[in-house]
Amino acid sequence: MNVALSTQGLCRNFGAVKGADNISVAFEAGTVVALIGTNGAGKTTFLNLVTGYLKPDQGTVLLGGRDITGMEPRDITRLGVARSFQIPQLFDQLTVDENLEVAETIARHTSTAAQATELTRVRALALERFGLAGQRDQLARTLPGGARKLLDIAMALVSHPSVLVLDEPTSGVSAEEKEGVVETVIELARGLNAMTLFVEHDMEVVAQYADRVLAFFEGRIIADGSASAVLDAPEVRRLIVGSALGAQGHA
Amino acid sequence: MLSGLSALVAILAVAPWWMPPWMLFIASGALAKGMVALGLLLLLRGGLVSFGHALYFGVGAYAAGLLVLAGVKEFLLLVLLGTLATVALAVVLGAFVSRYRGIFFGLLSLALSMVFYGLLIKVQALGSSDGFNLGGIHLLGVPMQGNDGQTPTYLATLLLSVLTAIAISRFLGSRYGLLTKALRDNELRVEYLGQSVRQLVLLNYIIAAALAGLAGVLSAVSVGHIGPEMAYWTTSGEFVFMVILGGLGHVAAAFIGAGVLSAVQAVAYAVAPNSWQFIVGASLLSCIVFLPEGLWSLLRRRGQAA
Repeated sequence: MNVALSTQGLCRNFGAVKGADNISVAFEAGTVVALIGTNGAGKTTFLNLVTGYLKPDQGTVLLGGRDITGMEPRDITRLGVARSFQIPQLFDQLTVDENLEVAETIARHTSTAAQATELTRVRALALERFGLAGQRDQLARTLPGGARKLLDIAMALVSHPSVLVLDEPTSGVSAEEKEGVVETVIELARGLNAMTLFVEHDMEVVAQYADRVLAFFEGRIIADGSASAVLDAPEVRRLIVGSALGAQGHA
Repeated sequence: MLSGLSALVAILAVAPWWMPPWMLFIASGALAKGMVALGLLLLLRGGLVSFGHALYFGVGAYAAGLLVLAGVKEFLLLVLLGTLATVALAVVLGAFVSRYRGIFFGLLSLALSMVFYGLLIKVQALGSSDGFNLGGIHLLGVPMQGNDGQTPTYLATLLLSVLTAIAISRFLGSRYGLLTKALRDNELRVEYLGQSVRQLVLLNYIIAAALAGLAGVLSAVSVGHIGPEMAYWTTSGEFVFMVILGGLGHVAAAFIGAGVLSAVQAVAYAVAPNSWQFIVGASLLSCIVFLPEGLWSLLRRRGQAA
């Protein structure tokens, strides 16, 4: 297996609460991996640990075999891990186009000439495929919630990552647009040969698009496998899928 | 807009032939202070405000003063070495200050400037609270002080002001300018796109310090005297006022803010020597209330209307 990203014995506690409890996992390059779990299960903590926002108490994070444990987010990003956030992190006083220009400008700084051309192509493609081209001169702060989410993801894609980390990419996106968004993101990520790691609460989206699913509970991975295998596992159905379906039904 | 600014520079370039000497002296000081305001504009574009930038104004002036005492009287050398001394200090202090943001950055800058002020007040060798005079400075043999030196000093200050304004304008138009704007909005995102925020803040801080140091040297040469009040907190406050007065919209705004504040101060002092601060304060309050984006917004509106 060509491993893009892996962790070994990753632990992180928040007082008495275990945010990550001895997580050892390896992700194959080019795959699409979904993280599922209830709120507080440790999904975002895991993303924060692999992207450098949090430092682990114990354990290591390896990117293509290179130890990136404890590195600063900017260094991890430069090595090829880009992310979007649960609450979109944009430059509100800049236009949509300028937001993407910032992403491209930073990525370009560490790129070869050939890669720089590719960055411009990805930027134009993301703008078009996410339907943001018509809003390119609009200030980011004036965008509706769904478009903010898409711009946040587009900025991560423009960084030309080898690992794309998305925290709830479809939250705030309308139900009709959800599948289209995920499909577009995955297609663009595959075009970049990037592995995609995403947190998702919509089990239909998970079942349709994820090559592999990790189910989190109390900081541990309680199931790991294909979407059908994990979503049908009794423990997952009892602890996660049931509550997610309940929540969807309730909503 | 560019033609208007070019015309303004042309009018200023011939000022020695139409301005009375006292006005030329004020104009030299205003241009030098405009450079400090320009540095603050750069910091503010990145979301940071320094309440202690007079530190570097004072360091530049005292570096020039010490060089003059050591026998260095060539203007170009004073400008170069005075600015370099400021940059050296900014690299050291900036490595520490660039860790902080918001009110912490502002107050830490203020504290550092007051430490320097306290040092100047106490050290007899630096003239203590009286400061000391600088004389005999020349530019390639041309005197820069006294009656004959006023015009060369003014023209050199104007030239350096224009050059620094062009340089900062280009900087703001470069990738660093874009990243500085991004920095003000969202530091977390800047880091998560792969750019070191501290590195960017440090770069802006050093440039702003260099501009203040250069202005300090020019002020020292123009006035012919340096004193600890150059590093005092009220001087820092004056620089912040200048940049607020001018606005952040254009590099020229910093010089407009400095020019207008210096003119208001001079007129207020002549009209009401005992209560001139009241007039200055009222003028500033009016500007903040009626022109929250500074005087530059007025010019921009006129430009758009035309």
